[in-house]
Amino acid sequence: MSETVIARPALVSRLFGALRLPINDPFAVAGLVIYAVFVLTAIFADQIAPYDPTEILYTEEFDLAADLRPGEQGFVLGTTSLGRDIFSQIVHGSRSALLIGVTAAFMVALIGSIVGLVSGYFGGWIDALLMRLADIAFGIPFLPFVIVLAAFLEPSIWNVVFAMALVLWRDTGRVIRSQVLTLRSRGYVEAARVAGSSNLKIITRHIAPNILPLSFLYGSIAIGWAILTEASISFLGFGDPSQISWGYMLQDAFASQALAKQAYYWFVPPGICIILVVSAGFFITRGYENILFPKLGR
Amino acid sequence: MFQLKAAVGRILQLGLVLWAVVTILFLMFRLMPGNPMAAYIDPTFTEEQQLALMAQFGLDKPLWEQYFIYLANLVQGELGQSFRYREPVAERILALLPNTLILTFTSLIIAYVFGVLAGAYLAWRRGSAVEQAAIPVVLTTRAMPEFWLGMVLLAIFSFWLGWFPAGGTRSAGTDHGNLLGLYTSADFLSHLALPALTLAIYSQGLPLLLMRSNMLDVMKEDFVTMARIKGLSNWTVVVRHAARNALLPVMTSFAIAVGYQLQGNVVVESVFSWPGLGRELVNAVSASDYPLAQGAFLMIAIVVILMNLIADLLYALLDPRVTHV
Repeated sequence: MSETVIARPALVSRLFGALRLPINDPFAVAGLVIYAVFVLTAIFADQIAPYDPTEILYTEEFDLAADLRPGEQGFVLGTTSLGRDIFSQIVHGSRSALLIGVTAAFMVALIGSIVGLVSGYFGGWIDALLMRLADIAFGIPFLPFVIVLAAFLEPSIWNVVFAMALVLWRDTGRVIRSQVLTLRSRGYVEAARVAGSSNLKIITRHIAPNILPLSFLYGSIAIGWAILTEASISFLGFGDPSQISWGYMLQDAFASQALAKQAYYWFVPPGICIILVVSAGFFITRGYENILFPKLGR
Repeated sequence: MFQLKAAVGRILQLGLVLWAVVTILFLMFRLMPGNPMAAYIDPTFTEEQQLALMAQFGLDKPLWEQYFIYLANLVQGELGQSFRYREPVAERILALLPNTLILTFTSLIIAYVFGVLAGAYLAWRRGSAVEQAAIPVVLTTRAMPEFWLGMVLLAIFSFWLGWFPAGGTRSAGTDHGNLLGLYTSADFLSHLALPALTLAIYSQGLPLLLMRSNMLDVMKEDFVTMARIKGLSNWTVVVRHAARNALLPVMTSFAIAVGYQLQGNVVVESVFSWPGLGRELVNAVSASDYPLAQGAFLMIAIVVILMNLIADLLYALLDPRVTHV
């Protein structure tokens, strides 16, 4: 594979470098498998789910199909107190999780990378300004901030993603900045500058490709954060009411006394799904860290 | 001496961050639906109360003037009147703070004692089957939604086994006299157990992983090799030489963890109906009790910012090689 990589332009080869699959690490492989199942479930949710997740269902005797245990009347995971199919909700919940995870990760990686690049490359007052902004973002209590913003703006998943991106760029920004600082003084960057390349060209050609793997890494960490945060927000009742998410299911179960009713089949599966997807992200990230930064591998 | 200078610089920077957060808070609470007065005045307040608040917060004045009045009020600890409780926000917030701090510190102390011991052990047993199995388990606890873990513990230990109460800080009808009496009572501790355990299970991952990786670093250092060459026992080398030095950065992370924990508290307090700052914030936001929500947010932010500062200062103090702070 390496021979073909050399021939490609720097950006493309870097991207492929970042996408190299960590197949030596069994946990990372397990993570990739979980991700694949997760993405496929989200894409084919309509085909997989036997019912509409919000539809109120009735039994064959025309009673409300409420609080049915798993397997009863053919409901794989049982039904909620309002007679909705839990399995269908789980399947559709993967859609919200994927949407939120990917968009939040993209925004966090994008904003963080731009801030880090500009800050590290230009230095001076721009750097001072951006890094003070990062300090401020570190002073904002993350979850309370997202709660207040999600409650004041329209309750939609985009506002949750927006609120997360407003705060979470700080970590990516700082790390990328320090990386850019070391890259800036490298010989080939100096050479490009002496040869008269514009700043834009140096950044896009020589520096950005080298920090891409880091952006990728931080973006993938943000996927887990975003899914956990959305779950918390929905659980507290500030989520998007039109979207079935795993956090919403947990809130529904909690508010409907599922704990007292010992309805484990209702509130355990959404939690397991969140754990699987988020920890899959951790394991993949760890696998990549070992590839990208072999020295850290321990 | 230049360390002192750096510390002063850091404290000034803290002032800047605090000011910025306060300003963001001001703007955020004027973003919300309704007229600008909605931030402080509930329509059901009496006319006198409304007029008093209008004057106190300058709500009939232009925005920039309101901003300065807001800052002046904040400095004096004046946060307005809660819509629901009809009492000063500052009093209510201060009354809830101890509950949140007790929960936070109890859970973090449990998490750190466990995390440090387990982390040191895993570093010592590096490469063993125990270590191979433990690390993914620890990572999995970090992937758990805290409130979900709370729900599972609640369903098992409270609703099924009936070992612990389902929420609150004390049983109905009990009176423990003063606060100290309450906090040391068996009743309070049994209420504290599940929420503290929930938060501790989530939090132990950070000290554990940190301790482990520090231990691995320290064990490579010359003085540890020296200790081994001297023929000291494995136990003495690991505990007396390596662990003591690996512990310092873990201790500074404690302050950071307090800040993170306060944010996690928001959900866990809600699950266990724990009357703390986080639950109050959630309830206030849902009930559109803006002054109270603002106050609770501010209090959490202040603790987070203070803890970041303490972590930085501790770090510089414990490791003199760090000069930039």
